Amino acid sequence: MSVLSIQDISKKFADVDVIKHLNLQVNEGEFVSILGPSGSGKSTLFSLIGGILAPDEGTIILQGKKINSQTGAVSYMPQSPSLLPWRTVLQNVLLGQELKGTKDTSKALEMIEKAGLAEYAHSYPHELSGGMKQRVSFIRALLSPQPIILLDEPFSALDELTRLDMQKWLLSIWENNRRTVLFVTHNLEEALFLSDRIVILSNKPATIAAEFVIPFTRPRKEELLLEDDFLQWKRKIYYELKSFMEQSS
Amino acid sequence: MKKNRFKGWRSVIVLLLFFFIWELAVKIADIPEWLLPAPSTIMTEAITGFPSFSEHLLSTIKLGITGFALGVGFGLFVAVLLYLLPFVREAIYPFLILSQNIPVIVLAPLLVIWFGFGILPKMIVITLVCFFPVTIAALDGFKQTSPDLRHYMKMAGATKSQLFWKLELPHALPSIFSGLKISATYSIMGAVISEWLGAKSGIGVYMTLASSSFRTDRVFVAIFAIMALSLIFFAAIVLIERLLIRWQSKGVD
Ligand SMILES: Nc1ncnc2c1ncn2[C@@H]1O[C@H](COP(=O)(O)OP(=O)(O)OP(=O)(O)O)[C@@H](O)[C@H]1O
Ligand SMILES: [Mg+2]
Repeated sequence: MSVLSIQDISKKFADVDVIKHLNLQVNEGEFVSILGPSGSGKSTLFSLIGGILAPDEGTIILQGKKINSQTGAVSYMPQSPSLLPWRTVLQNVLLGQELKGTKDTSKALEMIEKAGLAEYAHSYPHELSGGMKQRVSFIRALLSPQPIILLDEPFSALDELTRLDMQKWLLSIWENNRRTVLFVTHNLEEALFLSDRIVILSNKPATIAAEFVIPFTRPRKEELLLEDDFLQWKRKIYYELKSFMEQSS
Repeated sequence: MKKNRFKGWRSVIVLLLFFFIWELAVKIADIPEWLLPAPSTIMTEAITGFPSFSEHLLSTIKLGITGFALGVGFGLFVAVLLYLLPFVREAIYPFLILSQNIPVIVLAPLLVIWFGFGILPKMIVITLVCFFPVTIAALDGFKQTSPDLRHYMKMAGATKSQLFWKLELPHALPSIFSGLKISATYSIMGAVISEWLGAKSGIGVYMTLASSSFRTDRVFVAIFAIMALSLIFFAAIVLIERLLIRWQSKGVD
């Protein structure tokens, strides 16, 4: 059953088509990545789903209900951690729930502990490293009650090593929770490692250019990154991306 | 920290030097006491006259704190109103600035004519000098809310009031405190001026009596008392700020 269904949406900024006739389905418990070049309209798509922007055409349906220009229907993790500096880790993690009604402190503490941040539960964000802040931001999104989580390039500001760490961490947390996730990234390897399905976005205007179902079994381990299968997939998608970029330019 | 303390010591030394030169100048030039008393004379008067002065001191403190609270309340109210209603802001903002150009000394007698000698005209005077820094600082603080945080809050479904209470207000707190510090120092001055409108006690009253009877030493006692009170007020606000804003040791992220 599809949790999120984006039907034929278009968006213009000052007469420039940024998104045109875009269709996308995300199924229950699925991890879908959107891969697209910078400026292709990925964040704009998220703003549309999040209800901050209204599409010029088309409908966005979440669990059978139309959510065009309705904020708060989805859970969101932005590129910068966006933690409130006057709140402790625990209070920050509870923010998503707080905005929607009920707070579950014991569940939050449990998640913080699982994330390896137990000793930081009562620290303020300025006392954390960049990677730790992103973990907190992800837990906040995970604890929010909405049926789908949008992640907008959450690791792009981190260095390569921390990034791999975070990918492994996210994967382990996610494989135990199986929330429905829509994930934006620039990074092909990251998308392959994490997703059930990869959607490639074309540039200007954005539509779905290609789609790949990734067959690797879960739980996935770091070693997967070096297996032949993985590298073959990487090559395959890379060539498609390349030929497709050449076509469009 | 160490450096700060050292700087503090330097200003104390400068102050002591200043008093020393003053004392010396008065003694050497043999200046009459009613014209310019020596620091030692002022000190003696401050100590011996304290029992009768303390009553005035207390009533000024009370007046200052009440007026300060009222002024800050009014200032925050105006700031929130102007922030939430942009069209009101455009209409009212110029008048806010103009309100600061009214000479209080001229306004004061008028207030007495309109409202009598009660507490009301005094509160108006103190509010008038206190509210402005808070209003401007709070408006600035609201405006500077981080766009990233605002974006997140909106995506997460924050309502307008949640946005204000959970993001904009706490975000503006450091800025509001810099307004409060200015207002706190103004409030004592405001209280003293308002006491000139007619009061039974207060530093303002004490000062008027002293200057009309050429007790210049007492005038100086009053001046130093006002300065000390302003400083203590300021320090109290700084202390509250430290206790309340423990999260801000680096920039906002
Ligand atoms: N509010 C806006 N007004 C006008 N143009 C905008 C606005 N927001 C985005 N755009 C334009 O829309 C296009 C898509 O922007 P968007 O931020 O969605 O890209 P993106 O795919 O998220 O890029 P990146 O990977 O760099 O984050 C860009 O060309 C941008 O200039
Ligand atoms: Mg983006």
